[in-house]
Amino acid sequence: MCAATSRPVIVEGAWRLIKRQEQDVSAATSFFASSSSSSSAAAAPYPDVGCMVDEDAAMPLPVSDLAAGRHEDLKQMLDSNKDGLKLEAMKRIIGMVAKGRDASELFPAVVKNVVSANLEVKKLVYVYLVRYAEEQQDLALLSISTFQRALKDPNQLIRACALRVLSSIRVPVIVPIMMLSIKDAVSDMSPYVRKTAAHAIPKLYNLDPEQKEELIQVIEKLLSDETTLVVGSAVMAFEEVCPERIDLIHKNYRKLCNLLVDVEELGQVIIINMLTRYARTQFVDPNAGQIEVEDKEQPFYEDEEEEEDAEADPEKLQQRPKMMDHDHRLLLRNAKPLLQSRNAAVVLSVAQLYQHVAPRPEVSLVARALVRLLRSHREVQAVVLTNIASMSTRRKAKANREEKDIFEPYLKSFFVRSSDPTHIKSLKLEVLTNLATDTNIAVILREFQTYIGSSDKEFVAATIQAIGRSCSSLLFIISTRWVTVMGQAVINGKNKKIEKESLLPLVFPSQDDIVKLQILTLATKLYLTNPKQTRLLCQYVYNLAKYDTNYDIRDRARLTRALVFPPQGHEDNKLAKHAKKIFLATKPPPVQQSSFKDRDQFQLSTLSHLINARATGYQDLPDFPAEAADPSVRCVEVPAIFAPENHHRPAYQSRSKPKKPESFYSDESSPGDESDEESESDSESDSSDSSSSGSSDEDDEDESGSDDEEDDEEDEEEEEQQQPKGKKKGGSTSVKKHSGKCEATQASGTEDSDTSSTSSSDSSSEDDSESSSNSSEEEITKKKSKAETAKGGDRQVGGSKRSNLDLLLDLEDSPPAMDTPLLTPSLGGLLTPSPSSQPPALPPGASIQPASAKFIPVTKQELLNRINSGGLTVACRFTRSPHLYSPRMTSVELSFTNSGAEEIKDISVGAKKLAPGMALHEFAGITVLAPGATLCGTLGIDFNDTTQPAAFDLVAGGRTFNLSITAPVGELLMPLAMTEADFNLNQSKLKGMNELSGLVSASTSQPATSVIVDKIYEIANLLQVQTSSSTSLKFGGQTASGKALVLVSVLLSESGQESSVTVNCEKLVISSMLLKEIQSAVKKI
Amino acid sequence: MIHSLFIINSSGDVFMEKHWKSVIPRSICDYFFDAQRKANNNEDIPPVITTPHHYLLSILRSNLFFVAVCMTEVPPLFVIEFLHRVVDTFEDYFGECTESIIKEHYVVVYELLDEMLDNGFPLATESNILKELIKPPNILRTIANTVTGKSKEYSVSATLPTGQLSNVPWRRSGVKYTNNEAYFDVTEEVDAIIDKAGGTVTAEIQGYIDCCVKLSGMPDLTLTFMNSRLFDDISFHPCVRLKRWESERVLSFIPPDGNSRLLSYHIGPQSVVAIPVYIRHNISFRDVGGGRLDITVGPKQTMGRVVEGVVLEIPMPKCVLNCNLTVTQGKYTFDPVSKLLNWNIGRIDPTKLPNMRGNISVQSGSPPPESNPIINVQFVVTQRALSGLKVNRLDIYGEKYNPFKGVKYVTKAGRFQVRT
Repeated sequence: MCAATSRPVIVEGAWRLIKRQEQDVSAATSFFASSSSSSSAAAAPYPDVGCMVDEDAAMPLPVSDLAAGRHEDLKQMLDSNKDGLKLEAMKRIIGMVAKGRDASELFPAVVKNVVSANLEVKKLVYVYLVRYAEEQQDLALLSISTFQRALKDPNQLIRACALRVLSSIRVPVIVPIMMLSIKDAVSDMSPYVRKTAAHAIPKLYNLDPEQKEELIQVIEKLLSDETTLVVGSAVMAFEEVCPERIDLIHKNYRKLCNLLVDVEELGQVIIINMLTRYARTQFVDPNAGQIEVEDKEQPFYEDEEEEEDAEADPEKLQQRPKMMDHDHRLLLRNAKPLLQSRNAAVVLSVAQLYQHVAPRPEVSLVARALVRLLRSHREVQAVVLTNIASMSTRRKAKANREEKDIFEPYLKSFFVRSSDPTHIKSLKLEVLTNLATDTNIAVILREFQTYIGSSDKEFVAATIQAIGRSCSSLLFIISTRWVTVMGQAVINGKNKKIEKESLLPLVFPSQDDIVKLQILTLATKLYLTNPKQTRLLCQYVYNLAKYDTNYDIRDRARLTRALVFPPQGHEDNKLAKHAKKIFLATKPPPVQQSSFKDRDQFQLSTLSHLINARATGYQDLPDFPAEAADPSVRCVEVPAIFAPENHHRPAYQSRSKPKKPESFYSDESSPGDESDEESESDSESDSSDSSSSGSSDEDDEDESGSDDEEDDEEDEEEEEQQQPKGKKKGGSTSVKKHSGKCEATQASGTEDSDTSSTSSSDSSSEDDSESSSNSSEEEITKKKSKAETAKGGDRQVGGSKRSNLDLLLDLEDSPPAMDTPLLTPSLGGLLTPSPSSQPPALPPGASIQPASAKFIPVTKQELLNRINSGGLTVACRFTRSPHLYSPRMTSVELSFTNSGAEEIKDISVGAKKLAPGMALHEFAGITVLAPGATLCGTLGIDFNDTTQPAAFDLVAGGRTFNLSITAPVGELLMPLAMTEADFNLNQSKLKGMNELSGLVSASTSQPATSVIVDKIYEIANLLQVQTSSSTSLKFGGQTASGKALVLVSVLLSESGQESSVTVNCEKLVISSMLLKEIQSAVKKI
Repeated sequence: MIHSLFIINSSGDVFMEKHWKSVIPRSICDYFFDAQRKANNNEDIPPVITTPHHYLLSILRSNLFFVAVCMTEVPPLFVIEFLHRVVDTFEDYFGECTESIIKEHYVVVYELLDEMLDNGFPLATESNILKELIKPPNILRTIANTVTGKSKEYSVSATLPTGQLSNVPWRRSGVKYTNNEAYFDVTEEVDAIIDKAGGTVTAEIQGYIDCCVKLSGMPDLTLTFMNSRLFDDISFHPCVRLKRWESERVLSFIPPDGNSRLLSYHIGPQSVVAIPVYIRHNISFRDVGGGRLDITVGPKQTMGRVVEGVVLEIPMPKCVLNCNLTVTQGKYTFDPVSKLLNWNIGRIDPTKLPNMRGNISVQSGSPPPESNPIINVQFVVTQRALSGLKVNRLDIYGEKYNPFKGVKYVTKAGRFQVRT
C-alpha cells in the first residue's frame, strides 16, 4: 500500500538514532555492533516514508499531521524518557500493524527501545520486531544482543519470550545464534522454555534447511522429554522437519502413548496423527484375514456396551486369530479416552486413528463421539460430516452388505433441519444415503419426502438425487420388494388407484429445471426396476415433461421415453433392450455416484481429504506392511530420563540455599532439579503433583493422583508388558495411602519431614533405583549447577560473554533472597509439580525483592505459665525470619524454660486445632529439658492472612497443654524491597476499596521521622522504600500467606503533628487492622 | 500451520490482520469475498476455501469472519477449533467479541494472538494461563483510570508474572477468595423435529454442566450424580480425570478458576425424550386470497414445572405479504422483509392455552407456497433437567474451608422444530 520513497535525509536521521542506540546497548553488543555498523550501512534498506496518509480515525489518539513526516510525533514519543509516552507510541504503532498499515519507517526508532526496562514497552517492541525484522534485517541485528541477554534471565517467561522472538526474526545471518540458543534452551530447566525451543526448530529449519541434520539431533533430545508440555511441541517439530525419520519415534513410542491423555489438546492431535502413520509402518493390518471371524460375531454390533468391554476384554482378544502387537493395542487403548475430549479436532483425530489402524469391529466406538460433534459449531459440523460421509462410503464399499454401518444407530441425528446451511444439508443427505439399508429405507424415504417440499431448490434437487441413489444402490443388492416400500414412500397417496395424485408428479410443474431432470431420471429408474407398479407414474411424468417449457427437459423426456417405452413396432429396438443396462447397470449407483468415493485415497481428518485434493505437504498414509517391523526397537530398557545439563540457576540462589536436610526439598515448594524428575509423574495424572504439594493438601492430592496410577497399574497388568518407565511402582504405596486416607489427612500437617519425603519420593519415583537416590541426586545436581553457573560464561556465544558475566555479577549483588525456592527461575513451569501452597506470582515489578526484616522484636509473650504447667514456661516471639518449611509460614520462636526441679522430657507438638486454611509446622521435638535450662524451638505457622489464633496442643513430659498463638497483624507481613516507582505503580493499582487511610496525631509535637519509622518497623514487618520526598514515608511488604502486597505510606504534615496514614492492600481486613495498629502506635510517640 | 489471521466485519472490511510468519497480503481475502458472493447467505460459506497457493479456513462468530490462512496440509478441524478458541478467549477477556470491542482493545488482542500462536502453532490457549501472561482489562481499573484521567496507561498489564505458572494448566496458582463458592448449572437443550401430526421424528438432549467455581487455593472436587447411567456419550473439560470416571462414575477434578464448561453430554435419539410442549397448528394456503393460520401451544410432560419463555418463530414463505392475527396471550410481530413471524408468548398457563389465529395475506397472483413453513420453538423449564439428571453431592478435598455450593437445573429448547 505504500510506495517506497527513499529520502536520504530521513535515512541519515535514522542512522543517527541507531548510533545512539548502539551506545545504549554498547555493553552487550560487542559481537554485533562492530559488524553490523560497518557492513549494514551499505545495504541498509531505506526506510519507507510517506503515504501513511489515511491514518485510521479509530486510533485512540489523533495523530497530528506534521509536515516533516507522518510519524515525527511517534518518533519523538519513542525518543522521550518517559515510559508512558513510549508505551503510548508503541500502542499506536501496534495499532497500525494490526490494521495492516505500513509502519516500517519507524523501525529505527522502535528497535532501540528493545532495551527498555518497561516490560510492556518491551513486549510491544517484540511484536513489532517480529513483524518487520525480515524487511529491515540489518537494523534488526541490533536487537539480537538484547535477546541473548534475555535468554539468561532468571524468569522462565522472559527466557521463553526472548527465544520466541529471536527465532521469529527471519534473518539468515542469525542462524548460528539461533542454533546455539535452541540447543541451550532444550536443556533448560523450565518445560515452558523447552517447549518454546521446540517451536523454534521449524522456524530455523525454514530459514535454513541445511541445518536439518543438526536440528534432528535436537529433536531427538526433545522427543525424549518426559514433560507433557514439551512432547506435543517436540512431535510437532519432528513432523515439520523430519517426518521421514520414523526411527526416532521407536524409543519414545510407548512414552508418547502413555502421556497422550495429558498432553494439551492440540499436541494430542499432532501426536495421534503422527502415531497413525507410525502404526501403519510398524504393525500389520489387524483386519487381514479376519473378516470371516468378525462376521461370526454378529451380535457384537447390537450391543454397544458389550462392544466396549470386548475391546478391553483379554478373552475376546485371545479369540482373534492373530494377536495384535502389544504396542499396537497400547496406542488404541490410550487414544480411546480422548474420544471424550471436548475438542472436536482431538475426537476426529482419534476417529481417523481407529479407522485407519484399528480392527474393523472396534471402529464403531468412534461413531457416537463423532455424532456428538454434530451439535458443535457449523464449521465443525461440516468437517465432521464430510468425514462421516467418507467413512460410511468407505465402509459401504468394503464391508459385507449385511453388516450394519457404524453410524446406523444414529440415523436420526442426520435428519436435516430446514435451518441448516445448504452445504450441511447436502452432507447430511450424503450420509443418509450411505446409511440406507433394507430395514431403515422406509424411514429414510419418508424423511426425504418431507425435504422435497423445502423452499431450498438446490436441496430439493440433492434430495431427489439421494432418493435415486439410495434406492438404486439398494436395488443392486436387495430384492424388488424394496421398490414397493420406496414407491409407497415416494408416492404420497397410499391408495394405488390415485397414483396420479402422487407427490412426485404433483410437484413436478412447479419445480426448478434441475429438479425436473432428476425426477425424470428417478421415474425412469423406478420403472425399469419395478415396471408393474410404477408404469403409470412414469408415464405420467413423461407426459408432464413433454409439455414443459424447457427444451432440455422435453428432449430428455423424449429420449428416455423412446428407450423405456419403445413405440409400437419398434419393440425390438436394440437400445430399448438394453435400457436397463443404460440406466441402471452401468455402475452400481447408476448415474449419481457419491462424491466421497475418491476421497478414499486421503487420510481422514486431513485438509486434503476435506478439499479432495492433494494439499501441499500432505503425506500419504502408508499401507500396512506385510510383515510387522521388529517390535524390539520400541523396548526401552532404561527410561530415557531427561537430564538437564545447563541449568539456569542464578548465583544468588545457590549461594543462599538454606542448609537443611534433604527432606526440605521434597516436602516443600519443589526446587528445580526435582521438578523435572517429577514432571513425568506429574504429567501422568492431572493432579499428581503430590510429592511437592504443600502440607495442607498433600494427601488428598496424593490420593487422587494415586487413583490414576492404580488404574494405570491395572492396565499394566492386563497388558503384562514391560513398561519403559517404572512410574507405576508407586502404585502399591498409593493403595496403602488410599486406604489409610483419613489418618493421613489428619496427620498431614504433623507428618514430620522424613515421612513425607519418603512418601513423596515414592509417589514420584521414576523407578526403584532412582527413587531411592532421589534426594542425594538432587544434592549432586545442585552442586553441579553451581559449578556450571560459575563457568556459565564460557558457554555463551562469542561476544555476549561479557554481558552475561555482568549479569551474573549483578545478580550476586542482589540481596540474599529470603526464600529461594520462590524465585528459582527453573521452578514452576506449566506442568512441573509445584506445591499448591506455593505463593502466587510476586507482586509486579522486576525490582521488587523480598528483603530481610529491619527490626526483630525481642519481647516475648508468655503462652504457658509455670504455675499452670508445673514448672514449664513457654514464651513465644516472632522472629520475622522466613520459615524454611514454607514461605507462607511465619516463624515463631518458642522458648521453653524449665523452672521446676525435675527434668522435663519429650516436648513436642500434639494435636493441632487450626482454622481452615491455616497450617502449622512443628518444631523439632525436645527430648530433655534440664531444670533451669531454656531451649528454643521454631514453629512455622501459616496464618492464612488472618489474625485467628493458631491453637495446638503441646505435649511435655506426658502432659498436654493447650496453647494458642495469635499473631499481631504486623507479623503476618514480610518486607519487600522496592523502588519508589514500583511502590507508586502498585499503589495506584490498589486504589478504591483497597485503600484505607486515616489521620493520626502524635502526642509529642513534631516527632522525628526516624522515630515514626522505627515505630512502624516495630509493629509491622515492612521495609521502608527510599523516597524522594522527605515528608512522606513509604513502606512495602506482602502478606506472608497470600503474598498480597501491603503498601503503607505516611504523609507528614509540614506544620502540625497530624500525619495521614494510608494502607493499600487487597485484603481489607489486613489493611484496616494494620491502619489501626499504626495509628495507635504513632499516637503513643 | 496457521500463517495469518484476518478478521473481517460484516460489511467486508478487513479490520485486523496478524501474521505469524512472513506477511501474506490481505488481497488473499478476495478469494473469501468471492465465496461469500457465491453463497446465499453467510452461513453457507464453506469453511474451507482453496486458492491456488493458500487455504482459507474461516469461521463466523458474532457476525465477524475469522479467516485463517494456511499453506500446507493441516488438520482442518484443528484450525477451526483454534479459531473458535480465539473467539472464546476474546469473549472471556472483553465480555463480548464485536468489531468495536476488538478495535478498542487492539493491543490486548494483538498480544493475545501473539501468545496463543507461535510460528503458527498453538502455544498457550488455556484462558487461565493467558490471564497470567496478559491481564484482562478490568472494569474497575478502567473506571478508575477514566476518573483519575490516566488515559489507558495501565489498561494493559505492565508486567510479566515472575515466572510462576500454575502446575495445573487450566488453573491459576494462588487463587484467593473471601467467599468460597461453587455453582453448577445443569442445562439441557432439547433438539427435536416434530412432524405434522405431532409425532416426534427425532429428539435428542444436549446437556451441559457449566460451573462457576470461586474457590481459594487448589481444591480437588468430586461430583457425583444420582443417575450417572444417563451419561453414555459425554465429553469433558481436560481437568476431569477420565480414568476415575470410567471406573467409578465419579467426576474428580481440580476445577478451573471462574467459569468453565465442565462437561457436555448427549442423549441420543435412541432414548425416549419427553417433550415438554405441544403445538397444535393449522396453516393453510388457498389458491387465491392468502391463507389461514391457527396455532395453539400447550404444556405436555412438564413434570409439574411451568413452561416459560415460550417464543414461536415462523419463517413465512417469500410470497407472504402480511399477517393479520389475533393472539390470546403475548405479542406477535411480522417482519415483512425477512418474512419472519415471531410470537412471544412467555409463560404458559395450562388452564388457558395461548392461541394465535388469523389471516395471512399473500402477494396477489403468485401461486400458493408449495409447503407450509416450519415452526421454531423456544422454551425454558426451570428447576429440572429433562433427562432427570441430578447431582448427588459435591465434595471438596485439598482445602479446608467449607464452600457454598449450588446446583441449578434448566431445560431449554435447542433446535426445536415443528413441521407443519
